[in-house]
Amino acid sequence: MRASADEVPILYIDTHLVHEVTSPQAFEGLRLNNRKVRRPNLTFATMDHNVPTTDRSLPITDLIAAKQMETLAENCAEFDIPLYDIDSPDQGIVHVIGPELGITQPGMTIVCGDSHTSTHGALGALAFGIGTSEIEHVLATQCLLQQKSETFEIRIDGTLPYGVTAKDIILAIIGHIGIDGGNGAVVEYTGSAIRALSIEERMTVCNMSIEAGARAGMIAPDDTTYKYIAGKRFAPKDEDFDAAVERWKQLPTDDGATYDRTLILDAADIAPQVTWGTNPGMVTDVTGRVPDPADMETTDDKRAAEHALAYMDLQPGTPITDIPVDRVFIGSCTNSRISDLRAAAEVAKGRKVAANVSAMVVPGSQAVKRQAEAEGLDAVFREAGFEWREAGCSMCLGMNPDTLSPGQRCASTSNRNFEGRQGKGGRTHLVSPQMAAATAVTGRFVDIRKFQ
Amino acid sequence: MEAFKEHVGFVVPLDRINVDTDQIIPKQFLKRIERTGFGDFLFNDWRYLENGDPNPEFVLNDPRYANASILIAGANFGCGSSREHAPWALQQYGFKAILAPSFADIFRNNCYKNGILPIALPADVIASLSQEAHDTEGYQLMVDLEAQSVICPDGTAHTFEIGDFEKHCLLNGLDEIGWTLQYEADIAAYENRG
Ligand code: SF4
Repeated sequence: MRASADEVPILYIDTHLVHEVTSPQAFEGLRLNNRKVRRPNLTFATMDHNVPTTDRSLPITDLIAAKQMETLAENCAEFDIPLYDIDSPDQGIVHVIGPELGITQPGMTIVCGDSHTSTHGALGALAFGIGTSEIEHVLATQCLLQQKSETFEIRIDGTLPYGVTAKDIILAIIGHIGIDGGNGAVVEYTGSAIRALSIEERMTVCNMSIEAGARAGMIAPDDTTYKYIAGKRFAPKDEDFDAAVERWKQLPTDDGATYDRTLILDAADIAPQVTWGTNPGMVTDVTGRVPDPADMETTDDKRAAEHALAYMDLQPGTPITDIPVDRVFIGSCTNSRISDLRAAAEVAKGRKVAANVSAMVVPGSQAVKRQAEAEGLDAVFREAGFEWREAGCSMCLGMNPDTLSPGQRCASTSNRNFEGRQGKGGRTHLVSPQMAAATAVTGRFVDIRKFQ
Repeated sequence: MEAFKEHVGFVVPLDRINVDTDQIIPKQFLKRIERTGFGDFLFNDWRYLENGDPNPEFVLNDPRYANASILIAGANFGCGSSREHAPWALQQYGFKAILAPSFADIFRNNCYKNGILPIALPADVIASLSQEAHDTEGYQLMVDLEAQSVICPDGTAHTFEIGDFEKHCLLNGLDEIGWTLQYEADIAAYENRG
């Protein structure tokens, strides 16, 4: 909005998304300073991080989590903020419902106290995660103090091979540039393979930009984007929509614009990915093996790999497809949309979850859940032996009762395989929804391209 | 916010790269609605054994480093989740400054809002400071924000970069919201543009 040389730029925020975990201290700060929410109508709240995913008619057993949800409800009532609470038909993971309701639109600035806010960049918005102090700042001023970022183009040319998904694209990218490869940058994903992705697939890619250290990842809007937005609840209607599309068409980066950095990958070279370590950059092809720390270039990397393998209880040289799992989790803001569930259901259909594996599917929102049930996907999953749950973050971070026990190994469609992320001592391997479903059936990682 | 001008303190080395905010403050402590009380849970899963006793292997539990207020860590410190509970936990434990070759963006921002100074220095400097902290009992450093400098006991100074605005905010303990609200008229004008 303003950017004079001697001052830090002030960025106006078009949409502020709020959830129960990172907001209570921000509202408290407003009260302490006698401030109000400047634009409640540009603020949207939901409950996702610690909601139970079991029967919603039962009382919540975790009293501290319940208190946090209650606090959000009180804050939203006090400051007049629309809230999609646990009983709302629109409740869901904040990064799933934003686009689903048409709140997310091209060209907007969007923030949320959650690092995966980068997801919304899939529709051509500038969207990034902020901390609680910044949440308070946005609530009070509808602005943020924001330095300009570097620009980083990641171009994926070519056609994705069979069995290779958006999840594999982003995991392969992180494998290439490392989990700090995008630090200080906003990534723009370009190239024919990105253009060919659906909006939901683009969300999977942008979602994990933060796992490469980039605060934001975006994809220029195109006809796929406009078609996705048309008719959504908060989308402009009729002539307003046509006018908006005309504006949105002006947004894409000029042809020939230069970026501070560029990475080019060929889609044909990407294989289904599986992480073996304790961050998303510790990843390899499903046809690969657990690496040997001795082969690592730097002492730091070697030490980190040793530490990761000890935590993951893996031996160097083990083929990925020899690793058995105990649990499978299909869900999270990375892969819990209807197309993810369809892809997983197609694999699960007519098959059975392996005897020693317990598997669950957690839709990203109540709307996704209803849609999946209308298509009979819940029945497919249940018949195959998957649990079918209510919407929320669930075992992506295990703040609710859905957690791994110490030592359990999980194939997960989420975005972080950090130590203890899914439960203290739990071991997480990140994969695509198709790979997760196939792994549930075979009980060990399997190359989806050869899965019969 | 608490102002930061200069600080002299004991140093503890945490020889790991990519320390993520899930490790700094695990999720089970994010359910609090207060801003305080996180210091005891800093690095919880590394710091305590299954039975709740301190893990003697973890560096913060080494009595040599009991009063440390400056943390030295590996590259990309604070990656992952945007939870501001991470700097809260570090600050409430008693850390005033964190030295590392690099930091994750959101974490670094969050530190500035809480009077903690994240200082990026070249990897070889970090490695040698870390070695000193291992070798020398009671190793101390001085951080001078005005001069943008980390000063070693032998007088060697390492300068670091910080944005002018961040520096100004830290030095003065500035209320950033108050600062932005000075521009109320500009914000309103922007909101009412055609
Ligand atoms: S699903 Fe996981 S990553 Fe996404 S918002 Fe929820 S906790 Fe965060």
